[in-house]
Amino acid sequence: MPQIAQLAEFYSSQIFWVLVFFGITFFLIGRGMVPKVMGTVELRDKQIADDLAAAQGARDAADEQEEAWRVRENENRAAAQAKIAEAKAEAAAKTEAKLAKSQTRLDAKLEQAEAEIEAARESAMAEIEDVAAEATQDIVARLAGGKVDKRTARSAVKKALTDA
Amino acid sequence: MAAEQGKVDPMKQFLIEPLFGSANWELAGFNIAFTNSALWMAITVILLWAFVAGGMKRELVPGRWQMAVESFTGFIDDMLEANVGKEGRKYVSYIFSLFMFILFANLLGLLPIGVLGLHPFTFTSHFTVTGVLAVISFSIVLVVGFWKHGIKFFTLFVPHGTPVPMILPIALIEFFSFMIRPFSLALRLFVAMMAGHVLLKVLSSFVIDGLNAGVGTSLIVAIPSFALMIAISALEILVAGIQAYVFALLTSLYINDAEHLH
Repeated sequence: MPQIAQLAEFYSSQIFWVLVFFGITFFLIGRGMVPKVMGTVELRDKQIADDLAAAQGARDAADEQEEAWRVRENENRAAAQAKIAEAKAEAAAKTEAKLAKSQTRLDAKLEQAEAEIEAARESAMAEIEDVAAEATQDIVARLAGGKVDKRTARSAVKKALTDA
Repeated sequence: MAAEQGKVDPMKQFLIEPLFGSANWELAGFNIAFTNSALWMAITVILLWAFVAGGMKRELVPGRWQMAVESFTGFIDDMLEANVGKEGRKYVSYIFSLFMFILFANLLGLLPIGVLGLHPFTFTSHFTVTGVLAVISFSIVLVVGFWKHGIKFFTLFVPHGTPVPMILPIALIEFFSFMIRPFSLALRLFVAMMAGHVLLKVLSSFVIDGLNAGVGTSLIVAIPSFALMIAISALEILVAGIQAYVFALLTSLYINDAEHLH
């Protein structure tokens, strides 16, 4: 086993060179280069974390704006609805007023027409009575030769007319 | 190799040889020959540097290479976060270096460059190397433990709720298990690496000897051994990763003890 057989001869050389080369490894590579490599990794991790945070922030802002827009939209909708209701109510009231006005006008016209018809009927009736009374006087005078006064003829006509 | 004689020495792959005539280099009286082991450490460091450097483009949208490097640092970071918590972050540099150094060493040792006449050397199969790494990890645990908790660090040896008469024996057991940590850390990696490589070499000698001995043994011995070698090579790649992971994971668990006691 050379490890033991050559121990006395080479132990110092082995120890010396491993100290030298492991020393180089530790100070040049371990202390010199590894922290830079790890710094790069750290920098990248930090950048990724920052980017993610920025993205999250942007997302939050977008959500907030959407919420605000939604609130505004709802307000607008409610306002529009109120306006429509108001206009509807106004239109209904106007229509009602107009209808009422024309109704009263029509009623008045109807009443007047009815009164006119009544008056015409009455005057026509009076005329008919007059004519009938005169005709009755005439008929009585011709047939019976009697003379009937106007009042009697008239009451007789009236009686006959109402009976008819 | 010794293939000419129909023999494969499964231990030869662990032999350390000085390179470039450096056998007599000395520092303060100690031999510091630049060996094949040191050469493979150098290759490991260069490849690891190239790997991490390829991931340093620091692009916001990473390419494949950068993604690979970042997944390794992220893996170590997550492991420390899970085992130590927020305080674990400051150990990422060390645990990453440890994990990648061992992982690259293990994997490079498995490279099939023997077919090109080169000899890969797995320096993590030497306990001198794994021992140094284990001692560094253990020292960090001790330093951090005493730095943070001072003398209270010794309460690590007395778990909460220990009955008073049991405190002494439990503390002794805990102390031994604590002191054994660097050895188990070092030996686990060294043994796992060595066992796999020895097994592969033994099987390869079966293949060579079986082929040399004729058609019958080729069918009975060589071909099944070769199939087994392929399967064990796959297993060894897995073990290379697992052992690096275990070393890093246990180190982070020990650091957790130092940071938080029990």
